[in-house]
Amino acid sequence: MPRIVVDVMLKPEILDPQGKAIVGALPRLGFTAFSAVRQGKRFELFVDGEVTDEILAQAKEAAETMLSNPVIEDVVNVEVVAD
Amino acid sequence: MSETPLIGAATEAPLDSRLAGARIGVVTFPGTLDDRDATRAVRLSGATAVDLWHGDTVLANVDAVIIPGGFSYGDYLRAGAISRFAPLMSKIIDAANSEAKLPVLGICNGFQILTEAHLLPGSMIKNDHLKFLCRDQVLRVENNTTAWTNAYSAGQEITIVLKNQDGQYIADEKTLDALEAEGRVAFRYLGGNPNGSRRDIAGITNAAGNVVGLMPHPEHAVEQGYGPGHTGTDGLGFFTSVLNTLLGDK
Repeated sequence: MPRIVVDVMLKPEILDPQGKAIVGALPRLGFTAFSAVRQGKRFELFVDGEVTDEILAQAKEAAETMLSNPVIEDVVNVEVVAD
Repeated sequence: MSETPLIGAATEAPLDSRLAGARIGVVTFPGTLDDRDATRAVRLSGATAVDLWHGDTVLANVDAVIIPGGFSYGDYLRAGAISRFAPLMSKIIDAANSEAKLPVLGICNGFQILTEAHLLPGSMIKNDHLKFLCRDQVLRVENNTTAWTNAYSAGQEITIVLKNQDGQYIADEKTLDALEAEGRVAFRYLGGNPNGSRRDIAGITNAAGNVVGLMPHPEHAVEQGYGPGHTGTDGLGFFTSVLNTLLGDK
């Protein structure tokens, strides 16, 4: 089944408290190479049948209006993934 | 409608007979927690509380709307994000932006919904310390000219309950500067910033003053025996303020 993957990240200037908590915990497990972590969201939108341009446009609009909040987040990726 | 206090003497305060005609709607979403408290607060202020359901498509002739706290739709997408698209919300957005300027108060999750709906600027993210916080919170009333704050005096300090996980108010510097310049910061945290909110902002108003949102909970501080220190009734002013507005006294 084809999927449209939407990736949403907090804008770079927005503090990411969850990412900060993760980067603080990583060294305790021995992962010392990472100076910062940002946590995002991945959405997978499933489509019955072919992903048309119209469906992709719908996905992009949903990404901008509902899946992300433009005040704090950026849609960084919208792509079709075929299995 | 008279209300019997749950604790303390059952003395009835004389109410303005005009108040009972004021219909204040309280919206319930799946996951709303504080709708009953908000409803009770409305009744204690002397007005008539009207239950509204998120799937409703009419506003039932209410004179004002309260969007109470909780975790609508589990906050799963973002706090308030899914609720913003509920059928009733589009009616509330239209009415708030209309000539009639329907008074709308968003408390906690309600504040988050109002920012997602773009009735108020900015957004809320997780508390900077990542913990759910529940405590008595002192606020300063910065703007007492809104539909929901006119019963207070400017600069008045009130204590009501704060309880949330996504309470950190953020907006870009330009928006924050505009809010300050236009006097649209309605409340500021005193005694330490509980969640990292920009410029200690606890609540804001829209330009017209009919839409107000804040994170702390005035509806939990409206009668003796409850609220901060079990004596606090500092929250009652929100509900009497909107009645002043509706009766044209302010």
